[in-house]
Amino acid sequence: MSDAILTVLIAMLGGAIRVSTPFMFVALGECLTEKSGRVNLGLEGTLVMGAMVAYAASYHTGSPWLGVLAAGVAGSALGAMHGSICGLPKVNDVAVGIAMMLFGVGLAFFFGKPYIQPTAPRLDSIPLGFWSDNVNLKSALQVNPLFFVGIVVALVLAWALRNTRWGLVVRTVGDSAPAARAMGISVNLVRLLTTTVGGFLAGVGGAFLSLSYPGSWNQGLSSGQGLMAVALVIFARWSPVRCVYAALLFGAAGAIGPSLQSIGVTQGYYFFNAAPYILTLIIMIATSSATHSARDMPGELSMAK
Amino acid sequence: MSDAPATAKSASDLTQPVGPEAARSDWALRLRVNSEYVAIPLLAIAIAAALFALFLLAIGKSPVDFVSYIWRGGFGTAFSFQNTLQRSAPLILTALAVAIPARIGLIMIGGEGALVLGGFAAAVLAIPMIGVLPPLVALPLMAAMAMIVGGFWVGVAGFLRYARGVNETISSLLLTYIGIAIMNFFVEGALRDLSNPNKPSTRPLGDAYMVGKIPGTDVHWGFAFGILLCILLYLLLERTTFGFAARVTGGNYRAALAQGLPVGKLIVACSCIAGACAGLAGFFEVAAIQGRANASLAAGYGFTGILVSFLARHNPLVIPPVAILFGGIVAAGGLIQRRMGLPDATVQVLEGLIFVVLLTSETLYGRFSIFKPPAARDRP
Repeated sequence: MSDAILTVLIAMLGGAIRVSTPFMFVALGECLTEKSGRVNLGLEGTLVMGAMVAYAASYHTGSPWLGVLAAGVAGSALGAMHGSICGLPKVNDVAVGIAMMLFGVGLAFFFGKPYIQPTAPRLDSIPLGFWSDNVNLKSALQVNPLFFVGIVVALVLAWALRNTRWGLVVRTVGDSAPAARAMGISVNLVRLLTTTVGGFLAGVGGAFLSLSYPGSWNQGLSSGQGLMAVALVIFARWSPVRCVYAALLFGAAGAIGPSLQSIGVTQGYYFFNAAPYILTLIIMIATSSATHSARDMPGELSMAK
Repeated sequence: MSDAPATAKSASDLTQPVGPEAARSDWALRLRVNSEYVAIPLLAIAIAAALFALFLLAIGKSPVDFVSYIWRGGFGTAFSFQNTLQRSAPLILTALAVAIPARIGLIMIGGEGALVLGGFAAAVLAIPMIGVLPPLVALPLMAAMAMIVGGFWVGVAGFLRYARGVNETISSLLLTYIGIAIMNFFVEGALRDLSNPNKPSTRPLGDAYMVGKIPGTDVHWGFAFGILLCILLYLLLERTTFGFAARVTGGNYRAALAQGLPVGKLIVACSCIAGACAGLAGFFEVAAIQGRANASLAAGYGFTGILVSFLARHNPLVIPPVAILFGGIVAAGGLIQRRMGLPDATVQVLEGLIFVVLLTSETLYGRFSIFKPPAARDRP
């Protein structure tokens, strides 16, 4: 019995690392965008688009890392589109996000159709479990380099937001657009750039989905990960480092179902599949408040008003 | 407004003539001002269509063929047009599920989940009743069940918005994923019809429990109920104190609170009405089209409904024509796929493009002096 529990825990550890990576990239991208005072709900579409582009580019060039780059570029394009549309007066960023989500998913399915069948080269993982004899632990510690890239991005982002001139500009734009304008900062330009970079990161998150885990391209690849990552930023209170912790928590929740399956528990498969959504909802309920806006929330966010 | 103090009137009101002539010019003025809300969405559709034509040309397909297949597949013949009307029924209902919360200031996008769960609940309720109750009793019970379950599902998002300040856009979409997972859980488990090995489904309702067609047509009753609900909900919003209070809340939340309006009840009520509409769409999908509940319920009507509602500017009376337009595009999707060799996501790309351009066009309001009343034209 304790063996079974250990197996599940090890599988959950491995699952948490694998499943959390796309969450992490999307959450970091959204965190940066929201720090500048804008919400991009369209990252679900960006994630799917990134997954498709990465797979296609990897298939054609034979290099999965070129696929990751291509996914980032495609994500930047969608981010720039969202950013420039929302720069126009009277345009609602939440509604544009919904439209971009439908548009991005539609485009990805449209161009992704020929890539469902063929196999593209995938990203290699680093076998960090070489020291152990335990087969389960070995497979759990097959960590993709993108996981570490994500952690580095989080640390750099946290440092840059706090300590650099650029970070100050982004935070000022996010907390008070009039103050930023008084300083001679172009609010729309800053938001366009943060949304574009946010789109790049979300695209890279999508590349992980198709090139590492689950590691193939199909239309059911992402169902709501991009959206949950947006909710996760609220939970992480707009801190890149806390986004990493939150992503790991979500990864573990997402790994419950497959982990239980690995020891033969198949009952409630669909229930455990729904676990991340339910966890997101519970976390949103627990961390929101009807009477005051969330702690550390950028003052310009449309959600805050 | 007649007993409002004279000081509250604006300068332009005082310069207007009085009497029947005033009524006429007032009517002309309203036409001029309101035509902006027709012209700009039409312009947005035209621009999106032009962009989509360029997209088709870029991938080597003919936009002319595309339009002719939409016409043939969606509108050209009596058969295809009735198919279109049939497909527009769930779009009307899921668009209402977006429009009603939108009027109270919420962007609620959980129609797909309420549709799926509502349809599933109706099918589950029907199973023990088959052969016991006559269809005239059972069908209204199933419809009521679908509306209650759908209303509850979206109502939860509204309640969380009011009671806990949870962002309703994210929570309603999360609830959609949860709703689809709940249906799959039962359809592939406890409630699966084992005699149907091809696709996990509930037991079939049987012919007796199927909703019939509107007499003289090939269109099921869901379309008629959709139109009826559009009219009823328009009257509710525009001609009742409930609707007035809801619109005040949507216009200025703090003012509504200060006036002592029951904001929480209004928000939850509007959300429940919205979910009930989408749930009813699920009932008709099960009882008029599919005959059982399965994964086909999540066909994306809830998402197209969002676009329909935004194009109709959340006005229930404008929803039916817009829904019919998109019902036609959806209905022609298969023909386009087969004849032009385009992927099934083509319609999704077109819808996404229209949606993005439409929201971009919001920035045009108030920029054209042709839509402004003469007195306001000289103002900057």
